[in-house]
Amino acid sequence: MSIESSVAERRFAVDRQALIKRLRALLPAQALLVEEEEMRPYDCDGLTAYRQLPLIVALPADEAQAQAILKVCYELKVPVVARGAATGLSGGATPHRDGVLVSLAKLKKIISVDPVSRTAVVQPGVRNLSVSEAAAPHALYYAPDPSSQIACTIGGNVAENAGGVHCLKYGLTVHNVMRVRGLTIEGEIVEFGNAALDAPGYDLLALMNGSEGLLAMITEVTVKLTPKPELAQVVIASFGDVRQAGDAVASIIAAGIIPAGLEMMDKKAIHAVEPYVNAGYDMDAEAILLCESDGTPEEVAEEIGRMTAVLENSGASGIRVSRDEAERLKFWAGRKAAFPAVGRMTPDYLCMDGTIPRKRLAEMLEAINGLSEKYALRCANVFHAGDGNLHPLIMYDANQPGELDRAVAFGAEILELSVRFGGTITGEHGVGIEKVDVMAEQFSLAEIAAFHRLKAAFDEHGLLNPGKGVPTLARCREYTLARAGNAATSPRL
Amino acid sequence: MEELIDDWIGRVADAASSDRGLAIRGGGSKLFYGCPEQGEVLEVGGYRGIVAYEPTELVVTARAGTPLRELAAALAEKGQWLPFEPPHFGPAATVGGMLAAGLSGPRRQAVGALRDYVLGVKLLNGSGEVLSFGGQVMKNVAGYDVARLLAGSLGTLGIVLEVSLKVLPLPVAEKSLRFAIDETSALKKLNEWGGRPLPISASAWHDGMLTLRLSGAAAAVAAAQRHLGGEALADGLAAAFWQALREQSFAYFTGDAPLWRLSLPSAAPPQALPGPTLIEWGGAQRWLREGDERAIRVAAAKAGGHATLFRADDAAKAAQGVFQPLPAALLRIHRNLKRAFDPQGVFNRGRMYPGL
Repeated sequence: MSIESSVAERRFAVDRQALIKRLRALLPAQALLVEEEEMRPYDCDGLTAYRQLPLIVALPADEAQAQAILKVCYELKVPVVARGAATGLSGGATPHRDGVLVSLAKLKKIISVDPVSRTAVVQPGVRNLSVSEAAAPHALYYAPDPSSQIACTIGGNVAENAGGVHCLKYGLTVHNVMRVRGLTIEGEIVEFGNAALDAPGYDLLALMNGSEGLLAMITEVTVKLTPKPELAQVVIASFGDVRQAGDAVASIIAAGIIPAGLEMMDKKAIHAVEPYVNAGYDMDAEAILLCESDGTPEEVAEEIGRMTAVLENSGASGIRVSRDEAERLKFWAGRKAAFPAVGRMTPDYLCMDGTIPRKRLAEMLEAINGLSEKYALRCANVFHAGDGNLHPLIMYDANQPGELDRAVAFGAEILELSVRFGGTITGEHGVGIEKVDVMAEQFSLAEIAAFHRLKAAFDEHGLLNPGKGVPTLARCREYTLARAGNAATSPRL
Repeated sequence: MEELIDDWIGRVADAASSDRGLAIRGGGSKLFYGCPEQGEVLEVGGYRGIVAYEPTELVVTARAGTPLRELAAALAEKGQWLPFEPPHFGPAATVGGMLAAGLSGPRRQAVGALRDYVLGVKLLNGSGEVLSFGGQVMKNVAGYDVARLLAGSLGTLGIVLEVSLKVLPLPVAEKSLRFAIDETSALKKLNEWGGRPLPISASAWHDGMLTLRLSGAAAAVAAAQRHLGGEALADGLAAAFWQALREQSFAYFTGDAPLWRLSLPSAAPPQALPGPTLIEWGGAQRWLREGDERAIRVAAAKAGGHATLFRADDAAKAAQGVFQPLPAALLRIHRNLKRAFDPQGVFNRGRMYPGL
C-alpha cells in the first residue's frame, strides 16, 4: 500500500472534453490550463516526492469565477483541489488525476487593514508576510509566522492551521483568524465567524482551520492583528547534552514563564545551518535552545533575567542574549533557514511533524538517534520545543534504490512513537496524503467514521480534495493489519 | 466510574429507539442559558475528577462532571489557571457545562476564548460510541478540530465525558484603574489602547465609569499604570469587582428584565438602542436590559455581530429565539452536523435552535 494510492484509489468518471467546454464558456481563456506542459508546475506541493497531473488547472481571478468553477464541478461530480502557494509539506495540494486543480494565486488582494479594530481582510492568495508588512505602518502585525512565511499564503495557512515559532504565546492560525468566507462545494457563499469575537451556532470557524480543503473553498479571510511588542530579545543557550536541553524546556515552563518563542536544534541541525547562515550558533553544542521574550522594555528585562537564571541552573554551557534587533534577527535566521540548510546537505529529505508532551523531548531525540542507525539515514532535528512539536528532517537520496522507502518507514516509526508518547502525528503540517495512513495509529475506526460523516455534512459526494486528510475505513483496516504483521516479525524500538 | 458510561450508553440507545430526547445536565448552573431543556433529564455530574494534570505541560484533563471550583483550586495550587476566566454562574458549575456553554469571562479579548484553550475532548455520541478528538498537546492538526466544535455546542452533539485544556501561569501582577468617561470616548480609548502593546486584561464601562485591569509582569503593569493614569483601585476591591462582573452578580445584571448580549466588532459605535448598557471586552461585548428583539438583532447584524437573549423567561425565549437566526446555508450545515453526531436527535433537542 503506497502513499500515492490514497488519492488514486477513488476514481471519478469525468468527461474531460465536456468539462473543458463548460468551463471555457464561463472563464476567460487564460484562466484555464489544459496542456500538459502548462499544468506541470502544478503537479505537486512541498511534498515533492509525490507528483500527479490534474485533469485541468483553473486560475480564477475572483470569487465569482471560483464559484462558477465549483458549480460546474458539483453538477458534473468532478473532484476539486484548491491550492495557494503550494508550500505545504504533507501533499494537501497534490492534484487529483480526475479533478480540477484550482489555484487561488490570483486572489491576492489585501482588501483592507483596519488599525482601529486591529483586523485585516485579505484574499486567500495573500502571502503571510505581506499581511504583517501591510500592517506595519500601524505598529501591528499578523502573529502566526510559519518558517515559509515569505511564500505561504493565508488560504493555505487556514487550511492547515499553520503554526510557527511564536505559537506558545501567540497561538496558531485558528487563534488569529476571525472570519473565513468561502464557497461550499455546491458553489454557495458561506461565512464562518464574523467581525466580532464570536458567532452564533456551532464554531464552524474553528472547524475550517486545519480542514485541509476538505470542507469548503476559502475566498476571503479576516485576520486579527496584534500590536507589535516594543522590544523583543532572544537568549541562545548551548547544552552539552540533549537531555539537559529537553529538561531546561520543562524548567522554563515550570518557572511560570511563557516565552514568545522556544525552539531547540540538535547538533546535526546546527551543523547544517551555521555554515549556511552564519547565525553565530555554537558548533560544539549537542543542542541549542532559542528562548525569546517580548513586551515592554521593563517586562523583557525582567523576563530575560528569569530565563537566563533557569537556563544556567539547567546546565547550559553557554548563554548569549541578543544585543540588538539585527542580532535577534540573525539568531532567528538560522532557525528559520533550517529546512533549506538541510536541503543543501542531501538530495532529498522528509520532514516529520509529530507533537509530544514536552517532558518526552529528550527521550524522543534518543529514540530518533536509534532509528537513524537502524535505517542508516541521517536525521537533523529542529523542534518547536515550547509546544512539543518536532520536525525531524530525514535525509535520503531518491535516486538510491530503497532509500525513499526506508525514509518513509523511519518517519512512520517516529509518528507511531509520537502517538505512543501521548502526542499526535501532525502538529502543524497537516495529514494530506503523506500521513493519511498513519491516522489509523491515532484514531479508532469509529473516530475515522465520525470524520467521514463530518466531511459529508459539508460535502456529501466527497468532491473536495478527495483522498486527503482522513483514510477510508478499508485503508485503516489494511494499515492496522500490516502493522500487526510487522510487529510480529521485527521488534519495535 | 466507567460503569456510568455504560449506563448512559443504554439510556441513549433507549431514547434513540423510542424517539425520546435526553437533556444532559451537569451541575445545572447554566440551565438559564439557551432555549429551555426538553426531554428526560440525564444527570452526568457524577462522572468527575481530574484525570491528569502536569503543570510543566500546561495541560489539564478533567472528567466533565468535575466542579469548576475544584479544577480552579487544583490549578491555583500550582500557580496556574484558566486564563479566559469562565463564568461559573453558581457553585455547581462543571467542566462539561463550561465547555457546552462555551462562555468566556472578562479576560476574553486579551487572551482568547474558551475554545482557544480546548485541546481535546472525549465524547459519547448519539450512536453510543465513545470517541476522542484532539489530544493533550498544544499543536495538533490530525483530523478535524471536533474538540473546538464542541465548545459552545450546548450539548447538542453528544455527552462530553472528558476535556483537555491548555492552562497558563497566573499573572505576576495586576492593577485596576478607573476613569470617569462617557460611552463614545470610552469606546474610542479602548480601541486606541487595544492597538498598542499595553497589558490590558479586561475592561468594563457602565454609567460613565470605565474600569480597566492591567495584568502581566510587575514592571509592565507599573509602566502602563504610569502611562494611562486614572484612579487606582485597591486590590481587594478590584478582585471583587472583576469576579462580580464575571458572575453577573452586579445590580445591573439582576432582576427579571431580559438580558441581551451583543457581540460586536470592538470598534462599533455606541448603539442607538434603549436602556442602559454595560460594555466589556474592549467594546466587543455589550449588554442591554430592554428593547425590541427585532431592533436589537438588526442593529447587531448591521454592526457586524450578533445578539443573544442571554437571560429571559421561557415564554420570551420561545417567542424571540435565543440565538441570532442563521443564514440558510449555515443552518443546513448545522443540521447535517447534528445528524453526523446524533443521528436520532437524542441530545438537548432545541436547546440551541428549533429542530437542532
